[in-house]
Amino acid sequence: MKEIYLDNNATTKVDEAVFEEMRPYFCELYGNPSSMHFFGGQVQAKVTEARIRVAELLGASPDEIIFTACGTESDNAAIRSAIEVLPDRKHIITSRVEHPAVLTQCRNLRQKGYRVTEIGVDGAGRLDMEELKAAVDDDTAIVSLMWANNETGVIFPVEEAAAIAKSKGAFFHSDAVQAIGKIPINMAGSSIDMLSLSGHKLHAPKGIGVLYVRRGTPFRPFMVGGHQEKSRRAGTENAAAIIALGKACQLAGEHMDAENTTVKAMRDRLQDALMAVIPHSRINGGGAERLPNTTSIAFEFVEGEAILLLLSEFGICASSGSACTSGSLEPSHVLRAMGVPFTCAHGSIRFSLSRYTTDAEIDAVIRELPPIIARLRQMSPFGREHLKGQA
Amino acid sequence: MWDYTPIVKDHFLNPRNVGDITDADAVGEVGSLACGDALKLYLKLDDNKDKIVDAKFQTFGCASAIASSSALTEMVKGKTLDEALAVSNQDIADFLGGLPEEKMHCSVMGQEALEVAIFKYRGMPIPQHDSEHDHGHAYPEYEGEIVCKCFGITDAFLKKVIETNGLTTAEQVTNFTKAGGACGGCIPKINELIEQVLGESAAQTRQRPEKLSNMKKMQLIQEVLERDIRPLLWADGGDLELIDIDGSKVQVAFRKACAGCASSGNTARMVEAKLRDLVAEDIVVEEVSQ
Repeated sequence: MKEIYLDNNATTKVDEAVFEEMRPYFCELYGNPSSMHFFGGQVQAKVTEARIRVAELLGASPDEIIFTACGTESDNAAIRSAIEVLPDRKHIITSRVEHPAVLTQCRNLRQKGYRVTEIGVDGAGRLDMEELKAAVDDDTAIVSLMWANNETGVIFPVEEAAAIAKSKGAFFHSDAVQAIGKIPINMAGSSIDMLSLSGHKLHAPKGIGVLYVRRGTPFRPFMVGGHQEKSRRAGTENAAAIIALGKACQLAGEHMDAENTTVKAMRDRLQDALMAVIPHSRINGGGAERLPNTTSIAFEFVEGEAILLLLSEFGICASSGSACTSGSLEPSHVLRAMGVPFTCAHGSIRFSLSRYTTDAEIDAVIRELPPIIARLRQMSPFGREHLKGQA
Repeated sequence: MWDYTPIVKDHFLNPRNVGDITDADAVGEVGSLACGDALKLYLKLDDNKDKIVDAKFQTFGCASAIASSSALTEMVKGKTLDEALAVSNQDIADFLGGLPEEKMHCSVMGQEALEVAIFKYRGMPIPQHDSEHDHGHAYPEYEGEIVCKCFGITDAFLKKVIETNGLTTAEQVTNFTKAGGACGGCIPKINELIEQVLGESAAQTRQRPEKLSNMKKMQLIQEVLERDIRPLLWADGGDLELIDIDGSKVQVAFRKACAGCASSGNTARMVEAKLRDLVAEDIVVEEVSQ
């Protein structure tokens, strides 16, 4: 069965051109970029090229790019560094809808005596800026807020938030894993100190990430024991993956317009068509500014895992904010923070598109999903009750 | 992705007996929208009002909840009410070729709906379900103290599930009933219930020392906290820190999910009971906010 892959916020296909770019660096050009011979030197040159390509996508300088193993490592490293640089400050600010890579790290620091403020969001998933303004104080070491939410695609006003953090001398970090490659980002002239990126979300392989650290920002490394990345991230470079990421960033820049026109048009068509034919459905975060590729739709009276498995029968891959899919017993913390009623949260499905998505694939979802929802509602005691007399 | 058996997949994709019976003799309803799963079961009896001649269901829930409901209806058709009452949740899971452990609560829900339907039919009293807990599962036959506030589950029901399924850990109890799966505040209580049911606690197999020097006592307290207590709290995102030991007075501070948890008082009593069992009878645990 051919897959219809609409789960690109989970991971993406490695672009063929990206794979070709990295291919020689396993069996042929396998030198260590740090070596003092020509064989390592030619790898070093490609790593440098990759660094420039990543920097260009971010509007940054190459020396501001630190290669890591993943977005999670970048998030952990940023927060750790901030609290080590500002040891007298014992307050950390994040949001209730962050990715666990940030949220767990912050909550664990509570054990070490840190105060952690988790800023709330409104019903559309928008950050409460007044709460943020009131929370930042002279004790705040770092404010870490995601650029865009992985579940809903809602975009936070990170520049504005960064200015608030900076006004009190706190660091500002943004987990931009979902935003990069989907919306334009320009670190030149920004007040954001640190930014996380993950390769596999933008058609590079898994196992490569970046932490952007603004020039002049004091930084304490998370990984020590080597001079790599100017001693800011020890460990032999994952050269092939770095080279792949460089190519992926170059391609992301080239496709940025298409992402915000073609991909966005397909996303809009998908959600409009589903909303039009499926009663008792709503778009989570629909009232907010969102990533062009993401839509999270809540279908009342049905449960997400059942929807996903029935979609899967047609080759359609999506994800859910439902409790049952994750092994946890509560629905997504993001949807709960938004105050999405339990009746909707259990039946929320996220579709995330990419530049590989086709109109025919969107047509397939528009064709297959409504009967699936109808069938599950017919089976559900609540669905039958609420939809009595409706088609 | 869950590893469902072909039988689970079949009963999910082609569920048997979906619908309702307008002149049903017995109806059993458990679960709620808030919980994420719910089942309404209809039974039709023969003229002697003894044998189940038809069964239908409506289910809101995941694939295994739908498959469990479908399996249940197939299993009870043709059975007498007494035979049906003997169907256990494990029988439902077995019928399906097994369920992932995290999904065992789906089979429990099926068995429960069956019991509720038959109890109601037989006119056994149904206690008023506390409306404050309408977020939670309604197992009205199992009156008792609510243990899991998040899912509204009573001690009587938990003890029954622990006993029938021979459960030995709080994690298993969560997988089978959901209890303890949200805030985790009731995990210590669930552990107590397991110990009550098994009739022998870990404490009884590990002898409490006769007499302890102060030094030894402090060491033992630390050991028990590390080995027996903190892992229980970690399992639910909580933790505690030993602040001080003064003679028999042990001061602890709760961390992470336990900090500020409404049930931390219960947790403190659980810690105290454990220390009394394993260290010395005169231990007093005090919670400090530090």
